[in-house]
Amino acid sequence: MRSRLLRFDDWTDPVPPVEREVVSLDAEGDRPPVLFVPGLGHGAWAFAAHWLAHTAARGFPAHALTPRDGGDLRAHVHDVVQVAASLPRQTVLIGHGVGALVVARALARYPARAAVLVAPVMDGWPALGAALRANPFGTLPALAGGRLRLSRRQLFSPALPAEEAQAHLARLVARRPRRELVTAGPAPRPVGDPPTLVVGSPDDRVVPRKSLDRTAARYGGAPLLFPGMGHDLMLDAGWSEPIDAILDWLGKELPGGA
Amino acid sequence: MHDTPEIADRHDAVCVIGAGASGLTAVKNLREHGFAVDCYERETSVGGGWNWRHDRSPVYSGTHLISSRPLTEFPDFPMPDTWPDYPHHSQVLSYLERYAAHFGLVDHIWFGTEVVSAVPVGDGRWDVTTRSTGGGASRVQRYAAVVVANGHNWSPAKPDVPGDFRGEVIHASAYKDPAQLRNRKVLVIGGGNTGCDIAVEAAQQASTVWHSTRRGYWYAPKYLFGRPADQVNDRALRWRLPLRLRQWIYRRVVALTTGDLTRYGLPAPDHRPYETHPIVNSQLPFYLAHGRITPVPDVARFDGGVELADGRRIDPDLVITATGYRPTFEFLAPELLGCDADGRPDLHLHAFARKHPTLTVVGLVQADAGLFPLAHWQAVAIARWLRLRTTDPQRAAAVQQKESARPVRGWQRVEVVPTRRHWFEVDHVRYLLAVESLLREMETAS
Repeated sequence: MRSRLLRFDDWTDPVPPVEREVVSLDAEGDRPPVLFVPGLGHGAWAFAAHWLAHTAARGFPAHALTPRDGGDLRAHVHDVVQVAASLPRQTVLIGHGVGALVVARALARYPARAAVLVAPVMDGWPALGAALRANPFGTLPALAGGRLRLSRRQLFSPALPAEEAQAHLARLVARRPRRELVTAGPAPRPVGDPPTLVVGSPDDRVVPRKSLDRTAARYGGAPLLFPGMGHDLMLDAGWSEPIDAILDWLGKELPGGA
Repeated sequence: MHDTPEIADRHDAVCVIGAGASGLTAVKNLREHGFAVDCYERETSVGGGWNWRHDRSPVYSGTHLISSRPLTEFPDFPMPDTWPDYPHHSQVLSYLERYAAHFGLVDHIWFGTEVVSAVPVGDGRWDVTTRSTGGGASRVQRYAAVVVANGHNWSPAKPDVPGDFRGEVIHASAYKDPAQLRNRKVLVIGGGNTGCDIAVEAAQQASTVWHSTRRGYWYAPKYLFGRPADQVNDRALRWRLPLRLRQWIYRRVVALTTGDLTRYGLPAPDHRPYETHPIVNSQLPFYLAHGRITPVPDVARFDGGVELADGRRIDPDLVITATGYRPTFEFLAPELLGCDADGRPDLHLHAFARKHPTLTVVGLVQADAGLFPLAHWQAVAIARWLRLRTTDPQRAAAVQQKESARPVRGWQRVEVVPTRRHWFEVDHVRYLLAVESLLREMETAS
C-alpha cells in the first residue's frame, strides 16, 4: 500500500512556486474564509462575476484563485493548499468542475473547515463521454493532444442571454486537458473529516447525473440539485440560488458563525 | 497560603503541556479528533524554543533551519513556497504563530501557567497541578490524558571540565548575538550543528577561534547539485537503497564536495556515515581552509587557561560550550516514563509510556529531517489512540497487545555512536512508516 506519511514527491522535488492570482473580498464578522477554485479554462473571474460579492455580503471573507498556467494536478493541489494556509483562519474550499477534483485532493493535504464540490468532474471517463456527446468538435482535438474548446450549450442553460454567454466564453482559456483528469484514481480520504457538500444540476452537460450521485455518495450524502441550470452554476441565469443554498448549508454546518 | 483543596474534574478533556511546535500540533490534532483540550504554557506566547523572546529559547540571532523547508513544515499546513530553502528562526516563529491562529488554538492555551506535577489517579486519569508563573496558589484539575510536549532543547547539558577558567564560560543557550564574539579569542566546544554554526559565526567576528570536537564527523554540505542536501538524500531513501550503499555514496559525495578535512588538522571520522546525527554545514570547511578556525581536540581541564587532551595549552577569553540539551520532565515521577538512571525515558515509538496508556510525549525525537512532521504524525496517532480507547476499549487493548510486540529495531536507530545525545535518534522514513502502520491498525477499527 502507498504510504500517506512519506511524501517523497514534496521532499525531493517540491512544486516550483509561481505568482498566484487571488481575487479577494473582505467581510465583517468572524465567519471562516471561503476559497473558490475554478475548473478547466476558467479563472478567478468566473467567481468574481457574482458569487464572490454575494458570499462576502453574507459575511464570509471570499477569495478566488486562478489556476496556474500549465502545471500538473499536483501543482494545482499545491496552489490551493498554499492559498488556504495563507488565509488567517481555517478555510472553506469550494471547487467547481475540474476545480472540485483539485479541491478533493487538496482535502487530503489540508484540514479544510468544510468543502463544497460544485458540478464536480470527478470521474474522468463519464465526463469525457458527456463532453463527446455535447460538443464532439470541441472535444475530439483535445483527445489528440490539442486544445479543449468548451461550447455554450455545454456550460450554460438557454435561459442565459446570448451576449452574456458569449462574453463568458470569450474569457475562457482553451487548454490542453491533462491525461491525469481521466486517469487519476479516486482522491485519498480527507484529513480532519470536514463536512462536504456536493452541488450540481441534472441538466449539466459536462457532469452526468449518475456521476454526481456517485460523488455525493462517496462523501456520504446526496447531491443538492438545481434543475434547469448548466454546468457553470456560478455564471448561469439563476446563479444566486446555488450560492445561497451553499451558504445556508455552511451556516448550518459551522455553528456559532465560525 | 493554602492551596485549593478541591479537584476540578475536566472529564474527557486532555491536558497538553507546552505550546511550542509539538504542543501546538498536539492541541490541533486532539481538537480535530473531538477532544476538549487545556494546554499549559509557562511563557506568555506560543512558539516554545523558536520564540527568541522566551527565557529558555536556544535560538541566536543567526539561527536558520538545518533541514530544508519541505522536510520541516507540518504536512497539513505548508510554509509559504516563496520562503527560502532554509528559513530564518523568525520566519519559523511567525509560521508557528500563524498555525496557532489559523486553527484557533490560542483559545485553548493557558499562558503564564506552569505544570507543577502530573500524578496518575488510577483508571487512566491524571491529577495535574498548575500554578501561575507569577506565583500564587496552585490548582489541581483531573484529566483523561496527559500529552507532554515540553521540548528537549531548553535544559542545557554542561560539560564537567575540572579546574578554573579565568575568562568567561557560557553555554550555547546563552549565545544570542555575534556582538558577544567580536574581537575576542573564542573556544567553541562541541561538534554538533550548533557548535559548528557558532564556530562559523565566531570565524566571522572573533579575533581567534578554536573549535574543540571529541571526534571527527562527516560534515555534509547544505547543498548538493544545487538542491538542499536533505532533498537529495531523500531520493536515495525513496529508491530504498540499502544502508551500506547509502553510506558508500555518502562517503563519495563528501569526498567530492567537502573533501578531506584531516588536511586542516581535524581527526578522521571514527564511525560510518549516518551513525551520528547529521551535521550539515558548508561554511565550516571554508573557514578551516582560510585558517579562521583552528580545530583542537577535547578539553582536558581549565588551569586559568585551557589544557587540551593532547597536552597543548590555549588561551581563549571566551569559552562557549555547545554541548547540547537534556530532556527534562520535572513535573513527572521518573518511573512514569520509564526513565533510566540518566533520566532517559523508555517510550514506545518515543511517544507512548509503556505502563500508562494515557501518558504520551510529542516531539521527543531527533531525526535526519525536520521535527514538525514527525511531531504532527505522533499527535495524530496519540489522538486516534485516545479516541479508540473511549470508543472501542476491546479493540484498543488488541492494538496495544500488537504494538508491544513491535520490534524496537523497526523504528529506533540502533546503529549509532553510543553518546548521550543519540538515544532518541530516528531515521525519519523508518519512523514514519512505523507510525503509519500503527495508524492503520487503529483505522481498521472504525
